[in-house]
Amino acid sequence: MRSPTPKTNTPKPATGPVMLLVATKKGAFFLRSDRARRTWKIGEPHFLGHLVHHVVFDPRDRKTLLLAAKTGHLGPTVFRSTDFGRSWKEATRPPAFPKAPEGEKGRAVDHVFWLTPGHASEPGIWYAGSSPQGLFRSDDGGVTWEPVAGFNGHSMYELWTGGPQDGTPDGPKLHSILVDPRDPRHLYIGMSSGGVFESADGGNDWTPLNGGCAADFLPDPKLPYGHDPHCVRLHPLAPDILWQQNHCGIYRMHRPEGRWVRVGERMPKKVGDIGFPLVLHPRDPDTVWVFPMDGTTVWPRTSPDGRPAAFVTRDAGRSWKRLDRGLPARDAWLTVLRQAMTGDTHDPVGLYFGTTSGEIWASRDEGNRWNAIARHLPHVYSVETAR
Amino acid sequence: MKVRIPTPLYSYTEGRREVDAEGATLGALLADLDRRHPGIRFRMIDEQDVIRRHIRIFVNRQQVYDLATPLDSSDEVQILQALSGG
Repeated sequence: MRSPTPKTNTPKPATGPVMLLVATKKGAFFLRSDRARRTWKIGEPHFLGHLVHHVVFDPRDRKTLLLAAKTGHLGPTVFRSTDFGRSWKEATRPPAFPKAPEGEKGRAVDHVFWLTPGHASEPGIWYAGSSPQGLFRSDDGGVTWEPVAGFNGHSMYELWTGGPQDGTPDGPKLHSILVDPRDPRHLYIGMSSGGVFESADGGNDWTPLNGGCAADFLPDPKLPYGHDPHCVRLHPLAPDILWQQNHCGIYRMHRPEGRWVRVGERMPKKVGDIGFPLVLHPRDPDTVWVFPMDGTTVWPRTSPDGRPAAFVTRDAGRSWKRLDRGLPARDAWLTVLRQAMTGDTHDPVGLYFGTTSGEIWASRDEGNRWNAIARHLPHVYSVETAR
Repeated sequence: MKVRIPTPLYSYTEGRREVDAEGATLGALLADLDRRHPGIRFRMIDEQDVIRRHIRIFVNRQQVYDLATPLDSSDEVQILQALSGG
């Protein structure tokens, strides 16, 4: 039974140019639109040749960018800019696990995968998620980082996260760090693998939040953890509503009920409800976009049948509509990763996604029509807007 | 002593391929290198004091693996980038 979405006061839509922050396997690229979002200009690469997993804008001070990077040779770090990328400074203490006691094997961050600004009332606080799964916090705008011991050192950590084999081909990841807009101490995280977890005390303790969600790849699918959320979102206007694009389908939760409800079963059977990203409408908690992929047999993770499309629900998952005008009609085997699709806050909402084959597609009418605004980029890891 | 730096780390040495640093062990040398060029060590050595997978360190043309390796002031230290994919 789907619970009603609470009605809230909606914020005023944004106007003016949009900036896209594109992170790729070979550097970061920033695209800027005109006021109408019709034409786009791409700037020079930042950190060309670096593996950049995420670039995120701070909506609190409206000037800070954090960028998570490593290279093939060099270890992981975070860079910070307060002038939209004209200059960058490296964190003086990047995210790192504690040194293990002598004789014990410790964990080492392979890459910083996810960045989330903290609560609006806590300027300067940021969270980072890593591979292997680790949660880190900065209290100074990303200059220095400390492990969140309540998670990284939790007595259940090994069971929740599994081993190095329990992750994506690029390693197990902690992602989807969400901060409740009503309470800075109320946090959620997603782990691939591991599942969704929640903390009510600022990260000191955590509990699994996977009830109702399938994990049909596990020998014991009834375990409360071990799931594979690809992307979890919390609506800022309805913070009791959580959405999840999972390895096993599209889910929605009314938090007081505490159970995930699969809402992707109304997707066309030939398309299915497997994918990586999930994008929320900034003013309507019932509207969500997804970008399905082929999750059959060996999991190609490409557009089903070579026909890429976004899908939208405007009624909290009761029905879904295909949105493919402007996208290739056939022979297009696109992969869109979990961080590589986002929206702006204009009216109508602009939607943007990047592909592992280096294309950026945009829609300025909520997905009704798509245009390619950049091609020939490296493998796209993430696309975010600077609002 | 002189330390040869690979190109991926030039951003820490103001573009210099050879810099000075001191230390009685490899670990001490890298700590001194990090004092002179902040941030450089963590890009090569992880938080468990393990040399990262695609970094190689040579002392007098012999590869070393242990930060406890003793050094003499006349030793030549060379840091190399190893193959790391396309």
